[in-house]
Amino acid sequence: MFNDIPGQIYSTLILDSRWTLFINGLLVTLMIAGIAIVLGVAIGSVVAITKVNARQNKKLKWLEVICDIYITVIRGTPIVVQLLIMYYIVFATASKDAAPYVAALAFGINSGAYVAEIVRAGIQSVDRGQMEAGRSLGLTNGMTMREIIFPQAIKNILPALGNEFIVLFKETSIVGYVAVMDLTRAAELVRSRTYDALIPLIFIALLYLGIVMLISWALKKLERRLAQSDIR
Amino acid sequence: MIVTKNLVKRFGTGPVVLDDISENIEKGEKVVIVGPSGSGKSTFLRCLNLLEEPTSGQVWFEGKQINLPGVDVDRIRRKMGMVFQQFNLFPHKTVRQNITLAPTKLEIMTAEQANDKATALLKRIGLSDKADSYPSQLSGGQKQRVAIVRALAMEPDVMLFDEPTSALDPEMVGEVLDFMHTLADEGMTMVVVTHEMGFAREVATRMLFMDQGKILEQAPPKDFFGHPENPRLKDFLSKVL
Repeated sequence: MFNDIPGQIYSTLILDSRWTLFINGLLVTLMIAGIAIVLGVAIGSVVAITKVNARQNKKLKWLEVICDIYITVIRGTPIVVQLLIMYYIVFATASKDAAPYVAALAFGINSGAYVAEIVRAGIQSVDRGQMEAGRSLGLTNGMTMREIIFPQAIKNILPALGNEFIVLFKETSIVGYVAVMDLTRAAELVRSRTYDALIPLIFIALLYLGIVMLISWALKKLERRLAQSDIR
Repeated sequence: MIVTKNLVKRFGTGPVVLDDISENIEKGEKVVIVGPSGSGKSTFLRCLNLLEEPTSGQVWFEGKQINLPGVDVDRIRRKMGMVFQQFNLFPHKTVRQNITLAPTKLEIMTAEQANDKATALLKRIGLSDKADSYPSQLSGGQKQRVAIVRALAMEPDVMLFDEPTSALDPEMVGEVLDFMHTLADEGMTMVVVTHEMGFAREVATRMLFMDQGKILEQAPPKDFFGHPENPRLKDFLSKVL
């Protein structure tokens, strides 16, 4: 396995321009993760806001029930199963080229459930007096949410949200289940051609690691910027 | 200016917190409400701007009943400033932004007008140099004074104070009360829940004593402190004075 490392690297990355497989795989992985994060944050925020508002208004009780069902089902079933259901049942008639987008949708819906709980906890972590102060000045519920509650909630939830992004990014490595050529699938393809597991797997492991470190770094920077008002 | 009719408040199925209160607060009055904790005085104050929704009864402001479906409560609250025990400044905004947020978002003032207003208000309370500080950099007394001018920036017709000095260190109580005193002298209509009897004696035009959700006695401060009639008020005053 370790007898000819330079040769193995050559056959894994250079021969037949196999590096393009990795690059394309990486782009697919980033695309799926990117869409899923945006979708997840959007769905999660809507669900969280709905739940917070439904708690105060009995007429919206049914909306809260729907949100709870969504969260329970999504968090209670494996992402692989959700992905397979999305691909083979919900979008059974979709073309093969659409597979990456189907996967992104599945991951977005999945992430939304987790983000919803994070955002809800964040909104509720902001002192009740903040909402009262906003409303007593004549601001509407929506304005107070946007201007007062959210900015403070985001600061509180950023670490948890960042963690969710990282988990989501890594979890996309299972999209090979529905024949999407992502980074992991690309490595598998190369491995099956070269009969060498070491280089492709270590190589993509390093790539995943590098990107996760990049995300962590960006989040830490953002956190520091948001902590600006904490100075004493 | 503010009228309550048969105001009742209970939380859920709990006991009655406000028990059939009918009260009339005139323009220019400085009404100070005192009473033991749990007597419902804060709840009464919070019902006046509908931060608490009355269980039954009516709240009227400037000739209109405001606790009716379809009434734009947000618009009414613009004219009722409120100051809280815990200040409730917005920690992620600077002092200046705290003051200008509502007037600009509600498009009552342009950014420039609101800025000038904030500058003038901060100058008034001697905190011009803190305009770009965050609330976490202020002392308690400074925070509460900023909270008061934040409410004043909306040019309200009445100011509601909910134990404005109860969370302050003793040495900072004076600066807040002094500022409230000035406001009172300028003719602002004020409803104040407080434990500061000295302030009440000097500033109030009318004292209310609340206990167990009812207003048990009301009188001008001279009679209120000099010749209390209700036995519970006598008992209360003997403990706090």
